[in-house]
Amino acid sequence: MAETVSERQIGDVVLDLRNISLAFGGVNALSDISFDVREHEIRAIIGPNGAGKSSMLNVINGVYQPQQGEVVLRGQRFEKMSPGHAARAGIARTFQNIALFKGMSVLDNIMTGRNLKMKSNILQQAVWWGPAQREELAHREKVEEIIDFLEIQHIRKTPVGRLPYGLQKRVDLGRALAMEPSILLLDEPMAGMNIEEKQDMSRFILDVNDQLGTTIVLIEHDMGVVMDISDRIVVLDYGKKIGDDTPDEVRANPEVIAAYLGASH
Amino acid sequence: MGFFLETLIGGLMAGMLYSLVALGFVLIYKASGVFNFAQGAMVLFAALAMARFAEWIPGWLGFENQVLANILAFAVAAAVMFVVAWLIERLVLRHLVNQEGATLLMVTLGIAYLLEGIGQSLFGDNIYSIDVGMPKDPVLVLEGMFPGGLLINKEDFIAALIAAALVAALSLFFQKTATGRALRAVADDHQAAQSIGIPLARIWVIVWFVAGIAALVAGIIWGSKLGVQFSLATVALRALPVVILGGLTSVPGAIIGGLIIGVGEKLSEVYIGPLVGGGIEIWFAYMLALVFLLFRPQGLFGEKIIDRV
Repeated sequence: MAETVSERQIGDVVLDLRNISLAFGGVNALSDISFDVREHEIRAIIGPNGAGKSSMLNVINGVYQPQQGEVVLRGQRFEKMSPGHAARAGIARTFQNIALFKGMSVLDNIMTGRNLKMKSNILQQAVWWGPAQREELAHREKVEEIIDFLEIQHIRKTPVGRLPYGLQKRVDLGRALAMEPSILLLDEPMAGMNIEEKQDMSRFILDVNDQLGTTIVLIEHDMGVVMDISDRIVVLDYGKKIGDDTPDEVRANPEVIAAYLGASH
Repeated sequence: MGFFLETLIGGLMAGMLYSLVALGFVLIYKASGVFNFAQGAMVLFAALAMARFAEWIPGWLGFENQVLANILAFAVAAAVMFVVAWLIERLVLRHLVNQEGATLLMVTLGIAYLLEGIGQSLFGDNIYSIDVGMPKDPVLVLEGMFPGGLLINKEDFIAALIAAALVAALSLFFQKTATGRALRAVADDHQAAQSIGIPLARIWVIVWFVAGIAALVAGIIWGSKLGVQFSLATVALRALPVVILGGLTSVPGAIIGGLIIGVGEKLSEVYIGPLVGGGIEIWFAYMLALVFLLFRPQGLFGEKIIDRV
Protein backbone atom coordinates (compact mmCIF):
# COMPACT_ATOMS: atom_id res chain seq x y z
CA MET A 1 0.00 0.00 0.00
CA ALA A 2 2.72 2.45 0.96
CA GLU A 3 4.61 1.66 -2.18
CA THR A 4 2.32 3.49 -4.60
CA VAL A 5 4.83 6.33 -4.69
CA SER A 6 7.77 4.25 -5.73
CA GLU A 7 9.51 6.06 -8.59
CA ARG A 8 10.68 9.09 -6.62
CA GLN A 9 14.26 9.67 -5.72
CA ILE A 10 14.61 10.84 -2.16
CA GLY A 11 17.47 13.31 -2.21
CA ASP A 12 19.65 15.23 0.22
CA VAL A 13 18.53 17.12 3.28
CA VAL A 14 16.80 20.33 2.17
CA LEU A 15 15.48 21.49 5.49
CA ASP A 16 17.29 20.93 8.76
CA LEU A 17 15.82 21.92 12.10
CA ARG A 18 18.42 22.07 14.81
CA ASN A 19 17.68 22.12 18.54
CA ILE A 20 14.54 24.18 18.23
CA SER A 21 13.07 25.43 21.51
CA LEU A 22 10.02 27.63 21.65
CA ALA A 23 8.22 28.91 24.74
CA PHE A 24 5.18 31.11 25.24
CA GLY A 25 5.57 32.81 28.59
CA GLY A 26 6.43 29.91 30.90
CA VAL A 27 4.97 27.20 28.68
CA ASN A 28 7.41 25.20 26.62
CA ALA A 29 5.76 24.49 23.30
CA LEU A 30 8.85 22.88 21.81
CA SER A 31 11.91 21.63 23.69
CA ASP A 32 15.16 21.02 21.86
CA ILE A 33 13.69 19.44 18.76
CA SER A 34 15.86 18.40 15.83
CA PHE A 35 14.92 16.64 12.65
CA ASP A 36 15.55 16.98 8.97
CA VAL A 37 13.54 16.79 5.78
CA ARG A 38 14.96 15.30 2.60
CA GLU A 39 14.26 16.41 -0.91
CA HIS A 40 11.13 14.87 -2.49
CA GLU A 41 10.07 13.00 0.62
CA ILE A 42 6.77 13.13 2.44
CA ARG A 43 7.58 13.86 6.05
CA ALA A 44 4.85 13.64 8.64
CA ILE A 45 4.71 15.23 12.08
CA ILE A 46 2.31 13.46 14.42
CA GLY A 47 1.46 13.59 18.07
CA PRO A 48 -1.47 14.00 20.46
CA ASN A 49 -3.28 17.35 20.75
CA GLY A 50 -1.06 20.06 22.14
CA ALA A 51 2.13 18.19 21.27
CA GLY A 52 3.53 21.22 19.41
CA LYS A 53 2.96 20.11 15.84
CA SER A 54 1.48 23.37 14.55
CA SER A 55 4.08 25.34 16.48
CA MET A 56 6.71 23.36 14.62
CA LEU A 57 5.23 24.30 11.23
CA ASN A 58 4.95 27.90 12.37
CA VAL A 59 8.64 27.89 13.21
CA ILE A 60 9.49 26.49 9.77
CA ASN A 61 7.68 29.26 7.91
CA GLY A 62 8.67 32.01 10.28
CA VAL A 63 5.36 32.79 11.99
CA TYR A 64 7.07 32.00 15.30
CA GLN A 65 10.69 32.72 16.08
CA PRO A 66 12.19 30.03 18.30
CA GLN A 67 14.14 31.18 21.37
CA GLN A 68 16.82 28.63 20.59
CA GLY A 69 17.96 26.63 17.63
CA GLU A 70 18.11 27.35 13.95
CA VAL A 71 16.35 26.58 10.73
CA VAL A 72 18.71 25.59 7.92
CA LEU A 73 17.23 25.72 4.47
CA ARG A 74 19.42 24.29 1.71
CA GLY A 75 22.51 25.03 3.72
CA GLN A 76 21.45 28.58 4.51
CA ARG A 77 21.01 29.33 8.21
CA PHE A 78 18.06 31.43 9.25
CA GLU A 79 18.14 32.75 12.77
CA LYS A 80 15.16 34.90 12.08
CA MET A 81 12.87 33.37 9.50
CA SER A 82 9.84 35.45 8.55
CA PRO A 83 6.79 34.36 6.56
CA GLY A 84 7.94 36.62 3.74
CA HIS A 85 11.42 35.06 3.66
CA ALA A 86 9.94 31.59 3.75
CA ALA A 87 7.60 32.37 0.86
CA ARG A 88 10.43 33.78 -1.23
CA ALA A 89 12.58 30.75 -0.42
CA GLY A 90 9.92 28.48 -1.92
CA ILE A 91 8.04 27.36 1.19
CA ALA A 92 4.26 27.34 0.86
CA ARG A 93 1.75 26.25 3.47
CA THR A 94 -1.86 25.55 4.22
CA PHE A 95 -3.56 26.26 7.50
CA GLN A 96 -5.29 24.14 10.09
CA ASN A 97 -8.14 26.61 10.40
CA ILE A 98 -8.46 27.45 6.76
CA ALA A 99 -7.14 30.96 6.19
CA LEU A 100 -8.55 31.69 2.77
CA PHE A 101 -9.66 35.11 1.57
CA LYS A 102 -13.35 34.51 2.17
CA GLY A 103 -14.85 37.28 0.12
CA MET A 104 -12.87 36.42 -2.98
CA SER A 105 -13.65 33.80 -5.61
CA VAL A 106 -11.80 30.48 -5.83
CA LEU A 107 -9.98 31.76 -8.88
CA ASP A 108 -8.89 34.99 -7.19
CA ASN A 109 -7.78 33.13 -4.09
CA ILE A 110 -5.53 30.87 -6.10
CA MET A 111 -4.34 33.85 -8.18
CA THR A 112 -3.04 35.49 -5.00
CA GLY A 113 -0.61 32.58 -4.77
CA ARG A 114 1.04 33.95 -7.92
CA ASN A 115 1.78 37.23 -6.19
CA LEU A 116 5.52 36.68 -5.84
CA LYS A 117 5.80 35.75 -9.50
CA MET A 118 4.20 38.98 -10.72
CA LYS A 119 6.73 41.36 -12.16
CA SER A 120 4.65 44.25 -13.50
CA ASN A 121 4.54 47.32 -11.28
CA ILE A 122 1.55 49.00 -9.76
CA LEU A 123 1.44 51.79 -12.35
CA GLN A 124 1.38 49.36 -15.26
CA GLN A 125 -1.38 47.43 -13.52
CA ALA A 126 -3.31 50.59 -12.80
CA VAL A 127 -3.63 51.35 -16.48
CA TRP A 128 -3.95 47.64 -17.38
CA TRP A 129 -1.08 48.20 -19.74
CA GLY A 130 0.59 45.70 -22.11
CA PRO A 131 3.04 43.83 -19.86
CA ALA A 132 0.64 43.74 -16.93
CA GLN A 133 -2.14 42.33 -19.05
CA ARG A 134 0.04 39.67 -20.69
CA GLU A 135 1.41 38.70 -17.33
CA GLU A 136 -2.05 38.42 -15.80
CA LEU A 137 -3.15 36.10 -18.61
CA ALA A 138 -0.06 33.89 -18.32
CA HIS A 139 -0.62 33.46 -14.58
CA ARG A 140 -4.27 32.84 -15.17
CA GLU A 141 -3.32 29.91 -17.39
CA LYS A 142 -1.14 28.42 -14.69
CA VAL A 143 -3.94 28.82 -12.17
CA GLU A 144 -6.41 27.09 -14.47
CA GLU A 145 -4.02 24.12 -14.60
CA ILE A 146 -4.08 23.93 -10.83
CA ILE A 147 -7.87 24.20 -10.82
CA ASP A 148 -8.07 21.31 -13.27
CA PHE A 149 -5.61 19.29 -11.23
CA LEU A 150 -7.67 19.74 -8.05
CA GLU A 151 -10.91 19.07 -9.92
CA ILE A 152 -12.60 22.29 -8.81
CA GLN A 153 -13.48 23.74 -12.23
CA HIS A 154 -17.16 23.94 -11.36
CA ILE A 155 -16.63 26.32 -8.43
CA ARG A 156 -13.95 28.60 -9.83
CA LYS A 157 -16.12 31.73 -9.64
CA THR A 158 -17.74 30.93 -6.29
CA PRO A 159 -16.79 33.07 -3.29
CA VAL A 160 -14.78 30.80 -1.04
CA GLY A 161 -16.82 31.59 2.07
CA ARG A 162 -19.80 29.76 0.59
CA LEU A 163 -18.00 26.48 -0.08
CA PRO A 164 -18.20 23.40 2.12
CA TYR A 165 -15.24 22.69 4.31
CA GLY A 166 -13.69 19.92 2.22
CA LEU A 167 -13.61 22.11 -0.87
CA GLN A 168 -12.16 25.03 1.06
CA LYS A 169 -9.29 22.77 2.10
CA ARG A 170 -8.74 22.00 -1.55
CA VAL A 171 -8.66 25.69 -2.48
CA ASP A 172 -6.20 26.29 0.36
CA LEU A 173 -3.96 23.64 -1.21
CA GLY A 174 -4.48 25.22 -4.62
CA ARG A 175 -3.32 28.61 -3.41
CA ALA A 176 -0.18 27.04 -1.94
CA LEU A 177 0.47 25.14 -5.18
CA ALA A 178 0.13 28.34 -7.19
CA MET A 179 3.37 29.48 -5.55
CA GLU A 180 5.11 26.51 -7.20
CA PRO A 181 6.82 25.77 -3.91
CA SER A 182 9.74 23.41 -3.47
CA ILE A 183 8.57 22.65 0.06
CA LEU A 184 4.91 22.41 0.98
CA LEU A 185 3.75 22.52 4.60
CA LEU A 186 0.30 21.04 5.20
CA ASP A 187 -1.36 21.59 8.56
CA GLU A 188 -3.96 18.86 8.99
CA PRO A 189 -5.01 18.76 5.35
CA MET A 190 -7.68 16.14 6.08
CA ALA A 191 -9.18 17.41 9.32
CA GLY A 192 -12.95 17.33 9.28
CA MET A 193 -13.21 15.39 6.04
CA ASN A 194 -15.21 12.28 5.26
CA ILE A 195 -13.54 9.17 3.88
CA GLU A 196 -14.09 10.02 0.26
CA GLU A 197 -12.69 13.53 0.69
CA LYS A 198 -9.70 12.12 2.55
CA GLN A 199 -9.01 9.73 -0.30
CA ASP A 200 -9.13 12.59 -2.80
CA MET A 201 -6.83 14.72 -0.68
CA SER A 202 -4.35 11.85 -0.22
CA ARG A 203 -4.30 11.36 -3.96
CA PHE A 204 -3.63 15.07 -4.56
CA ILE A 205 -0.79 15.07 -2.04
CA LEU A 206 0.80 12.00 -3.56
CA ASP A 207 0.42 13.40 -7.08
CA VAL A 208 1.98 16.72 -6.12
CA ASN A 209 4.86 14.89 -4.51
CA ASP A 210 5.26 12.47 -7.38
CA GLN A 211 4.66 14.62 -10.44
CA LEU A 212 6.03 17.96 -9.29
CA GLY A 213 8.70 16.56 -7.02
CA THR A 214 7.54 18.80 -4.19
CA THR A 215 8.87 18.02 -0.74
CA ILE A 216 5.99 17.74 1.71
CA VAL A 217 5.86 18.22 5.46
CA LEU A 218 2.46 17.43 6.88
CA ILE A 219 0.66 17.25 10.18
CA GLU A 220 -2.19 14.80 10.29
CA HIS A 221 -4.26 13.02 12.89
CA ASP A 222 -5.59 10.20 10.75
CA MET A 223 -3.03 7.47 11.46
CA GLY A 224 -4.16 5.32 8.56
CA VAL A 225 -3.45 8.13 6.11
CA VAL A 226 -0.16 9.11 7.74
CA MET A 227 1.17 5.56 7.73
CA ASP A 228 0.12 5.12 4.11
CA ILE A 229 1.61 8.19 2.51
CA SER A 230 4.60 9.20 4.63
CA ASP A 231 8.21 8.24 4.07
CA ARG A 232 9.34 9.19 7.55
CA ILE A 233 7.49 10.32 10.64
CA VAL A 234 8.46 12.57 13.56
CA VAL A 235 6.45 11.99 16.72
CA LEU A 236 6.04 14.84 19.21
CA ASP A 237 4.54 14.66 22.67
CA TYR A 238 4.37 17.59 25.11
CA GLY A 239 6.84 19.50 22.95
CA LYS A 240 9.44 16.74 22.98
CA LYS A 241 10.47 14.43 20.20
CA ILE A 242 9.73 10.84 21.14
CA GLY A 243 10.17 9.15 17.80
CA ASP A 244 11.60 9.72 14.34
CA ASP A 245 11.55 6.86 11.89
CA THR A 246 9.79 5.04 9.06
CA PRO A 247 6.08 4.33 9.51
CA ASP A 248 6.68 0.71 10.43
CA GLU A 249 9.26 1.53 13.08
CA VAL A 250 7.12 4.30 14.52
CA ARG A 251 4.16 1.96 14.76
CA ALA A 252 6.23 -0.43 16.83
CA ASN A 253 7.79 2.23 19.08
CA PRO A 254 6.58 1.62 22.67
CA GLU A 255 6.96 5.28 23.65
CA VAL A 256 4.73 6.33 20.78
CA ILE A 257 2.13 3.75 21.68
CA ALA A 258 2.21 4.93 25.26
CA ALA A 259 1.76 8.57 24.24
CA TYR A 260 -1.24 7.73 22.11
CA LEU A 261 -2.84 5.40 24.60
CA GLY A 262 -2.29 7.84 27.41
CA ALA A 263 0.02 5.67 29.56
CA SER A 264 1.94 7.52 32.25
CA HIS A 265 5.03 9.43 31.15
CA MET B 1 -42.37 68.37 -11.48
CA GLY B 2 -39.58 70.81 -12.25
CA PHE B 3 -39.15 71.55 -8.57
CA PHE B 4 -39.12 67.86 -7.66
CA LEU B 5 -36.41 67.17 -10.25
CA GLU B 6 -34.41 70.13 -9.05
CA THR B 7 -34.49 68.80 -5.52
CA LEU B 8 -33.64 65.31 -6.74
CA ILE B 9 -30.64 66.49 -8.74
CA GLY B 10 -29.46 68.67 -5.91
CA GLY B 11 -29.67 65.63 -3.64
CA LEU B 12 -27.77 63.42 -6.07
CA MET B 13 -24.95 65.91 -6.32
CA ALA B 14 -24.73 66.44 -2.57
CA GLY B 15 -24.76 62.66 -2.23
CA MET B 16 -21.80 62.33 -4.55
CA LEU B 17 -19.82 64.56 -2.21
CA TYR B 18 -20.66 62.33 0.76
CA SER B 19 -19.60 59.35 -1.32
CA LEU B 20 -16.22 60.89 -1.88
CA VAL B 21 -15.54 60.97 1.84
CA ALA B 22 -17.13 57.55 2.37
CA LEU B 23 -14.77 56.18 -0.24
CA GLY B 24 -11.81 56.80 2.05
CA PHE B 25 -13.40 54.67 4.78
CA VAL B 26 -14.17 51.87 2.37
CA LEU B 27 -10.70 51.80 0.84
CA ILE B 28 -8.93 51.40 4.13
CA TYR B 29 -11.46 48.96 5.50
CA LYS B 30 -11.25 46.80 2.40
CA ALA B 31 -7.51 46.66 2.43
CA SER B 32 -6.70 46.38 6.10
CA GLY B 33 -9.90 45.49 7.88
CA VAL B 34 -9.58 48.68 9.89
CA PHE B 35 -12.34 51.17 10.37
CA ASN B 36 -10.35 54.36 9.95
CA PHE B 37 -11.59 57.01 12.34
CA ALA B 38 -8.86 59.31 11.07
CA GLN B 39 -10.47 59.74 7.65
CA GLY B 40 -12.00 63.09 8.62
CA ALA B 41 -8.70 64.27 10.02
CA MET B 42 -7.02 63.22 6.79
CA VAL B 43 -9.50 65.31 4.81
CA LEU B 44 -8.71 68.30 7.00
CA PHE B 45 -4.97 67.69 6.87
CA ALA B 46 -4.94 67.31 3.09
CA ALA B 47 -7.12 70.37 2.56
CA LEU B 48 -4.92 72.45 4.85
CA ALA B 49 -1.83 71.35 2.95
CA MET B 50 -3.48 72.15 -0.35
CA ALA B 51 -4.74 75.58 0.74
CA ARG B 52 -1.50 76.67 2.34
CA PHE B 53 0.87 75.43 -0.34
CA ALA B 54 -1.24 77.10 -3.02
CA GLU B 55 -0.72 80.31 -1.03
CA TRP B 56 2.98 79.81 -0.28
CA ILE B 57 4.37 78.34 -3.46
CA PRO B 58 3.89 81.43 -5.71
CA GLY B 59 5.70 83.47 -3.05
CA TRP B 60 8.60 81.00 -2.80
CA LEU B 61 9.06 80.65 -6.54
CA GLY B 62 8.08 84.20 -7.46
CA PHE B 63 5.21 83.78 -9.93
CA GLU B 64 1.55 84.68 -9.86
CA ASN B 65 -0.20 82.11 -11.98
CA GLN B 66 -3.12 80.68 -9.96
CA VAL B 67 -3.51 77.53 -12.08
CA LEU B 68 0.17 76.65 -11.84
CA ALA B 69 0.09 77.31 -8.10
CA ASN B 70 -2.84 74.93 -7.72
CA ILE B 71 -1.17 72.19 -9.75
CA LEU B 72 2.05 72.46 -7.77
CA ALA B 73 0.15 72.61 -4.49
CA PHE B 74 -1.79 69.47 -5.44
CA ALA B 75 1.45 67.62 -6.21
CA VAL B 76 3.06 68.73 -2.95
CA ALA B 77 -0.07 67.90 -0.94
CA ALA B 78 -0.17 64.45 -2.57
CA ALA B 79 3.47 63.96 -1.61
CA VAL B 80 2.64 65.03 1.94
CA MET B 81 -0.16 62.43 2.05
CA PHE B 82 2.33 59.82 0.88
CA VAL B 83 4.65 60.71 3.74
CA VAL B 84 1.72 60.49 6.14
CA ALA B 85 0.84 57.01 4.81
CA TRP B 86 4.45 55.88 5.09
CA LEU B 87 4.79 57.19 8.64
CA ILE B 88 1.55 55.55 9.74
CA GLU B 89 2.78 52.21 8.44
CA ARG B 90 6.26 52.63 9.90
CA LEU B 91 5.34 53.91 13.32
CA VAL B 92 1.99 52.27 13.94
CA LEU B 93 0.62 49.51 11.72
CA ARG B 94 3.87 47.58 11.43
CA HIS B 95 3.72 46.88 15.15
CA LEU B 96 0.11 45.74 15.09
CA VAL B 97 0.09 42.90 12.57
CA ASN B 98 -2.49 40.23 13.41
CA GLN B 99 -4.09 42.33 16.13
CA GLU B 100 -7.79 42.58 16.83
CA GLY B 101 -9.93 45.00 14.81
CA ALA B 102 -10.83 46.91 17.98
CA THR B 103 -7.16 47.61 18.73
CA LEU B 104 -6.61 49.00 15.27
CA LEU B 105 -9.76 51.08 15.53
CA MET B 106 -8.51 52.73 18.73
CA VAL B 107 -5.21 53.41 17.02
CA THR B 108 -6.91 55.27 14.19
CA LEU B 109 -8.68 57.38 16.80
CA GLY B 110 -5.26 58.35 18.10
CA ILE B 111 -4.01 59.05 14.59
CA ALA B 112 -7.02 61.33 14.06
CA TYR B 113 -6.08 63.54 17.03
CA LEU B 114 -2.43 63.62 15.99
CA LEU B 115 -3.25 64.61 12.41
CA GLU B 116 -5.64 67.34 13.54
CA GLY B 117 -3.07 68.73 15.96
CA ILE B 118 -0.04 68.45 13.73
CA GLY B 119 -1.97 69.73 10.72
CA GLN B 120 -2.99 72.89 12.52
CA SER B 121 0.42 73.56 13.99
CA LEU B 122 2.14 73.08 10.63
CA PHE B 123 -0.36 74.91 8.47
CA GLY B 124 -2.08 77.25 10.89
CA ASP B 125 -5.53 77.21 12.44
CA ASN B 126 -7.37 80.00 10.68
CA ILE B 127 -9.94 79.68 7.96
CA TYR B 128 -8.28 79.36 4.59
CA SER B 129 -9.76 79.21 1.16
CA ILE B 130 -9.08 76.89 -1.73
CA ASP B 131 -9.74 78.41 -5.12
CA VAL B 132 -9.38 75.91 -7.90
CA GLY B 133 -11.52 77.96 -10.21
CA MET B 134 -14.77 76.08 -9.63
CA PRO B 135 -17.65 78.04 -11.16
CA LYS B 136 -19.88 79.27 -8.38
CA ASP B 137 -22.82 80.43 -10.44
CA PRO B 138 -25.85 78.21 -10.93
CA VAL B 139 -27.05 77.44 -14.43
CA LEU B 140 -30.48 76.84 -15.91
CA VAL B 141 -30.95 73.72 -18.00
CA LEU B 142 -33.82 72.06 -19.89
CA GLU B 143 -35.72 75.30 -20.14
CA GLY B 144 -37.65 73.85 -23.08
CA MET B 145 -38.98 70.91 -21.08
CA PHE B 146 -40.05 72.58 -17.87
CA PRO B 147 -41.49 75.96 -17.31
CA GLY B 148 -38.66 78.03 -15.91
CA GLY B 149 -36.10 75.23 -16.47
CA LEU B 150 -34.02 73.46 -13.82
CA LEU B 151 -31.59 75.34 -11.65
CA ILE B 152 -28.35 73.43 -11.28
CA ASN B 153 -25.33 74.32 -9.21
CA LYS B 154 -22.34 74.06 -11.55
CA GLU B 155 -19.85 73.58 -8.75
CA ASP B 156 -21.75 70.60 -7.36
CA PHE B 157 -22.12 69.21 -10.83
CA ILE B 158 -18.38 69.26 -11.53
CA ALA B 159 -17.62 67.88 -8.09
CA ALA B 160 -20.03 65.02 -8.71
CA LEU B 161 -18.33 64.22 -12.01
CA ILE B 162 -14.91 64.17 -10.39
CA ALA B 163 -16.14 61.92 -7.60
CA ALA B 164 -17.76 59.54 -10.08
CA ALA B 165 -14.56 59.28 -12.13
CA LEU B 166 -12.45 58.63 -9.06
CA VAL B 167 -14.77 55.91 -7.87
CA ALA B 168 -14.91 54.19 -11.25
CA ALA B 169 -11.12 54.17 -11.47
CA LEU B 170 -10.73 52.76 -7.97
CA SER B 171 -13.32 50.02 -8.50
CA LEU B 172 -11.49 48.83 -11.58
CA PHE B 173 -8.17 48.96 -9.81
CA PHE B 174 -9.47 46.82 -6.94
CA GLN B 175 -11.21 44.26 -9.10
CA LYS B 176 -8.93 43.90 -12.08
CA THR B 177 -5.31 44.26 -11.04
CA ALA B 178 -2.88 42.05 -9.20
CA THR B 179 -2.19 44.76 -6.64
CA GLY B 180 -5.93 45.19 -6.09
CA ARG B 181 -6.21 41.48 -5.48
CA ALA B 182 -3.32 41.61 -3.02
CA LEU B 183 -5.07 44.47 -1.21
CA ARG B 184 -8.24 42.43 -0.85
CA ALA B 185 -6.22 39.45 0.32
CA VAL B 186 -4.55 41.46 3.07
CA ALA B 187 -7.95 42.71 4.20
CA ASP B 188 -9.21 39.17 4.63
CA ASP B 189 -6.33 37.55 6.45
CA HIS B 190 -2.98 39.04 7.43
CA GLN B 191 -1.33 35.74 8.23
CA ALA B 192 -2.36 33.96 5.06
CA ALA B 193 -1.36 36.98 2.98
CA GLN B 194 2.11 36.96 4.54
CA SER B 195 2.53 33.25 3.97
CA ILE B 196 2.06 33.65 0.23
CA GLY B 197 4.61 36.43 0.21
CA ILE B 198 2.42 39.52 -0.01
CA PRO B 199 4.44 42.34 1.58
CA LEU B 200 2.07 43.79 4.18
CA ALA B 201 4.15 46.92 4.66
CA ARG B 202 4.02 47.96 1.02
CA ILE B 203 0.33 47.15 0.71
CA TRP B 204 -0.50 49.31 3.71
CA VAL B 205 1.49 52.26 2.44
CA ILE B 206 -0.29 51.97 -0.91
CA VAL B 207 -3.74 51.80 0.59
CA TRP B 208 -3.26 54.65 3.07
CA PHE B 209 -1.79 56.71 0.28
CA VAL B 210 -4.76 56.03 -1.99
CA ALA B 211 -7.10 56.89 0.90
CA GLY B 212 -4.98 60.02 1.40
CA ILE B 213 -5.53 61.02 -2.23
CA ALA B 214 -9.26 60.41 -1.87
CA ALA B 215 -9.13 62.62 1.24
CA LEU B 216 -7.23 65.27 -0.70
CA VAL B 217 -9.80 65.35 -3.50
CA ALA B 218 -12.63 65.43 -0.97
CA GLY B 219 -10.80 68.12 0.97
CA ILE B 220 -10.36 70.30 -2.10
CA ILE B 221 -14.01 70.02 -3.12
CA TRP B 222 -15.47 70.47 0.35
CA GLY B 223 -12.84 73.06 1.18
CA SER B 224 -13.67 75.18 -1.83
CA LYS B 225 -17.36 75.02 -0.84
CA LEU B 226 -17.07 75.58 2.90
CA GLY B 227 -13.61 77.02 3.38
CA VAL B 228 -10.75 75.08 4.96
CA GLN B 229 -11.26 75.08 8.69
CA PHE B 230 -11.38 72.68 11.58
CA SER B 231 -15.00 71.73 10.97
CA LEU B 232 -13.89 70.03 7.77
CA ALA B 233 -12.80 67.10 9.95
CA THR B 234 -16.43 66.54 10.88
CA VAL B 235 -17.37 66.01 7.25
CA ALA B 236 -16.41 62.41 7.96
CA LEU B 237 -19.29 62.15 10.41
CA ARG B 238 -21.69 62.92 7.59
CA ALA B 239 -20.16 60.13 5.57
CA LEU B 240 -20.58 57.60 8.35
CA PRO B 241 -24.23 56.79 7.58
CA VAL B 242 -23.23 56.45 3.94
CA VAL B 243 -20.82 53.63 4.73
CA ILE B 244 -23.33 51.92 6.97
CA LEU B 245 -25.90 52.09 4.22
CA GLY B 246 -23.64 51.08 1.36
CA GLY B 247 -21.60 48.50 3.18
CA LEU B 248 -18.08 48.93 4.47
CA THR B 249 -16.57 46.62 1.91
CA SER B 250 -18.10 47.95 -1.27
CA VAL B 251 -16.76 50.81 -3.37
CA PRO B 252 -19.93 51.02 -5.49
CA GLY B 253 -21.86 50.77 -2.20
CA ALA B 254 -20.22 53.98 -1.02
CA ILE B 255 -21.54 55.71 -4.12
CA ILE B 256 -25.08 54.37 -4.05
CA GLY B 257 -25.23 54.92 -0.29
CA GLY B 258 -24.12 58.52 -0.76
CA LEU B 259 -26.70 59.12 -3.47
CA ILE B 260 -29.53 57.62 -1.43
CA ILE B 261 -28.65 59.72 1.56
CA GLY B 262 -28.16 62.88 -0.48
CA VAL B 263 -31.50 62.48 -2.20
CA GLY B 264 -33.27 61.28 0.95
CA GLU B 265 -32.09 64.30 2.93
CA LYS B 266 -33.23 66.82 0.36
CA LEU B 267 -36.56 65.21 -0.50
CA SER B 268 -37.52 64.56 3.11
CA GLU B 269 -36.60 68.11 4.05
CA VAL B 270 -38.72 69.55 1.30
CA TYR B 271 -41.73 67.25 1.45
CA ILE B 272 -41.88 65.92 5.02
CA GLY B 273 -40.07 68.80 6.68
CA PRO B 274 -43.00 71.23 6.72
CA LEU B 275 -45.18 68.62 8.47
CA VAL B 276 -42.86 68.26 11.44
CA GLY B 277 -41.44 71.75 11.54
CA GLY B 278 -38.30 71.17 9.43
CA GLY B 279 -34.75 70.27 10.37
CA ILE B 280 -35.00 66.75 8.99
CA GLU B 281 -31.90 67.11 6.83
CA ILE B 282 -29.68 67.09 9.88
CA TRP B 283 -30.75 63.75 11.32
CA PHE B 284 -32.27 61.95 8.36
CA ALA B 285 -29.05 60.15 7.41
CA TYR B 286 -28.40 58.88 10.91
CA MET B 287 -31.98 57.68 11.26
CA LEU B 288 -31.65 55.74 8.01
CA ALA B 289 -28.33 54.27 9.16
CA LEU B 290 -29.95 53.14 12.39
CA VAL B 291 -32.70 51.34 10.52
CA PHE B 292 -30.10 49.62 8.38
CA LEU B 293 -28.08 48.56 11.38
CA LEU B 294 -31.19 46.90 12.77
CA PHE B 295 -32.28 45.06 9.66
CA ARG B 296 -29.31 44.73 7.36
CA PRO B 297 -26.10 45.37 9.29
CA GLN B 298 -23.82 44.49 6.39
CA GLY B 299 -25.32 47.34 4.35
CA LEU B 300 -26.71 47.18 0.85
CA PHE B 301 -23.62 45.84 -0.86
CA GLY B 302 -21.37 44.68 1.96
CA GLU B 303 -20.25 41.12 2.30
CA LYS B 304 -22.42 39.13 4.62
CA ILE B 305 -20.32 37.82 7.43
CA ILE B 306 -20.68 34.08 7.68
CA ASP B 307 -18.90 32.41 10.54
CA ARG B 308 -18.73 28.69 10.86
CA VAL B 309 -19.28 27.54 14.39
